[in-house]
Amino acid sequence: MTPAVEVHDLVKRYPKRDVNAVDGLSFTVQPGEIFGLLGPNGAGKSTTIGVLTTRVRATSGEARVAGMDVVRNAVAARTLFAVVPQQTNLDRSLTPRQNLAFHAAYHGFSRTDRNAKAAAMLDEFGLADQADDKVDWYSGGMAQRLMIARAMMHEPKVLFLDEPTTGLDPQSRLFMWERVRDLRSRGVTVVLTTHDMDEAAEMADRVGIVDHGKLLALDTPEGLTRGLAGHSVLDLSVTAGDGDDPEKLVAALTDVAGVERGEAVAGGPIRLYLTADPATVLAPVIAVLGGRSATLTNVHMGAASLEDVFIDLTGRGLR
Amino acid sequence: MTVLDTPTPTPTSSPADARPSAARAFRAILWRDIFVTGKEFWVFLAQVALQPLFMLFVFAKVLNAGGYVTDSYAHLLLPGIVALTAFLTALQTVSFPLIMEFSFTREIEDRLLAPLPTYLVAVEKLLLAVIRALASAVVMFPIGALVLGSAPWHSDGVPLLIASLVLGSWVGAGIGLTLGTMVPPSKISVIFAVILTPLMFTGATQYPWQSLDSMRWFQVVTALNPLTYLSEAVRAAVVPEIPHIAPWICLVVLVLSGAIFTGVGIKGFMRRALT
Ligand SMILES: Nc1ncnc2c1ncn2[C@@H]1O[C@H](COP(=O)(O)OP(=O)(O)OP(=O)(O)O)[C@@H](O)[C@H]1O
Ligand SMILES: [Mg+2]
Repeated sequence: MTPAVEVHDLVKRYPKRDVNAVDGLSFTVQPGEIFGLLGPNGAGKSTTIGVLTTRVRATSGEARVAGMDVVRNAVAARTLFAVVPQQTNLDRSLTPRQNLAFHAAYHGFSRTDRNAKAAAMLDEFGLADQADDKVDWYSGGMAQRLMIARAMMHEPKVLFLDEPTTGLDPQSRLFMWERVRDLRSRGVTVVLTTHDMDEAAEMADRVGIVDHGKLLALDTPEGLTRGLAGHSVLDLSVTAGDGDDPEKLVAALTDVAGVERGEAVAGGPIRLYLTADPATVLAPVIAVLGGRSATLTNVHMGAASLEDVFIDLTGRGLR
Repeated sequence: MTVLDTPTPTPTSSPADARPSAARAFRAILWRDIFVTGKEFWVFLAQVALQPLFMLFVFAKVLNAGGYVTDSYAHLLLPGIVALTAFLTALQTVSFPLIMEFSFTREIEDRLLAPLPTYLVAVEKLLLAVIRALASAVVMFPIGALVLGSAPWHSDGVPLLIASLVLGSWVGAGIGLTLGTMVPPSKISVIFAVILTPLMFTGATQYPWQSLDSMRWFQVVTALNPLTYLSEAVRAAVVPEIPHIAPWICLVVLVLSGAIFTGVGIKGFMRRALT
């Protein structure tokens, strides 16, 4: 089957920049998948989406959407995908309903088709009662929903969502997740970007972790966390004693039985990756801390999450 | 290639094949702009007609009442004002919305993602600008006649009038496209101050170019402004008795500057549309 998205050795360097925003990215998304691109601010997520949606010129490499080369065949590719950008770009001279209808008109749908589709979409996205308001009156969440509805108007095969839930309240976020799963069940491939671990773990069938324009890992959320040494972590908020520093503390703590590895997250807690049950490791760990007159202010035990994977890969927190 | 080699054409009745075509997308985008213009028709009218109307009123009517200008000056001014209106309408139709749509509102993005070559989105802007400019010129003639109490008319000049207004609007639109893709939104007021005002007053709209024979330096400055050739051509069409630059020169200059500004403008547009 033709992959929904194929990116091969993609490089993008913006003019007058001396680093690559996207630096040799390769990945493939299968049809019907929800694929997450996870990375911190400036990782190159939007730039990647920009290339795939014909708005950013690739410096080198290849990119295909639904088998269509987006670099050489941009016009044809535009009928196959739709994109909801990070920032609102609704047409404020038009009503929400007209936003949908005109979008379909740009894509060649007949008047009857587009009016019927617009009504159905407004209904589905819970906007039927505000369909003829001013776009300016819409809240951020409503605008986001309207943009997804608009994107679906021309029946794309692949939908790109750039940070679809940033700035949404928990309820809107759940609504959004539901809609995205809906789309998938209708056979639409969804590529979304996020810097929220929980969202990536919850939503995506597979997650690609990007940083500095490079793909660091690519697997299912379970696969990514499984790859991590041990299944649990211990977070210790510690103030080091006089003449001691976090690095030395970590070194000392790593010697405790059951601790596979540890690191001091920049500006955050000391994180220990365990091969044993956290409860059995805790007592010796506290003993070590006490012996070095470090003050323990908080302890958190948990299973390894995508955040741990990210920290493991980059040595720093995501936010 | 023999006839047998040609693949059988897919039946055009299939909606999937007929649907995405650049021509349809282009028409839809143009229709969007015309639709929005229609929705804000009174704003549009005020925007294009008010300033030239006051200019006409003060220069041709008020100054005439005071005895500072003659009756025939009114007949000289009206064609110039029509030229100015068409030119500025075209320029502003493209430049100001474009500056906003590329920055704050990002409104243009949905059209840039329509299935048509990106440069055609710029071409659509130019076409819309010409349409709006011609509409404003059509409005200005009767309104101007109403203000003045009479208007010059010369039916033999109609072809030249139409040709020059179309070409002149195109040049204005091309300048608008160039400015709209070059100027950042923070500098929008600078357009007015340092570009629009000089353009308006060095365009031979309020005076025939040949009357500047005694002011050589200003005549040279004026000759560099494409608007001059539009004003001269419109006057040649409407009031041919007033000395004017030969119409063919005007049309050639308008075609050339239209081509240049369109080229530069589309280049700027592509740079903004595709990073
Ligand atoms: N138009 C541009 N011109 C120059 N540099 C740019 C441009 N757009 C992005 N960049 C740079 O490219 C890098 C990647 O940016 P990008 O927007 O792709 O990141 P992102 O992963 O989407 O981040 P965020 O989570 O903040 O949206 C950044 O360093 C950014 O400064
Ligand atoms: Mg981004």
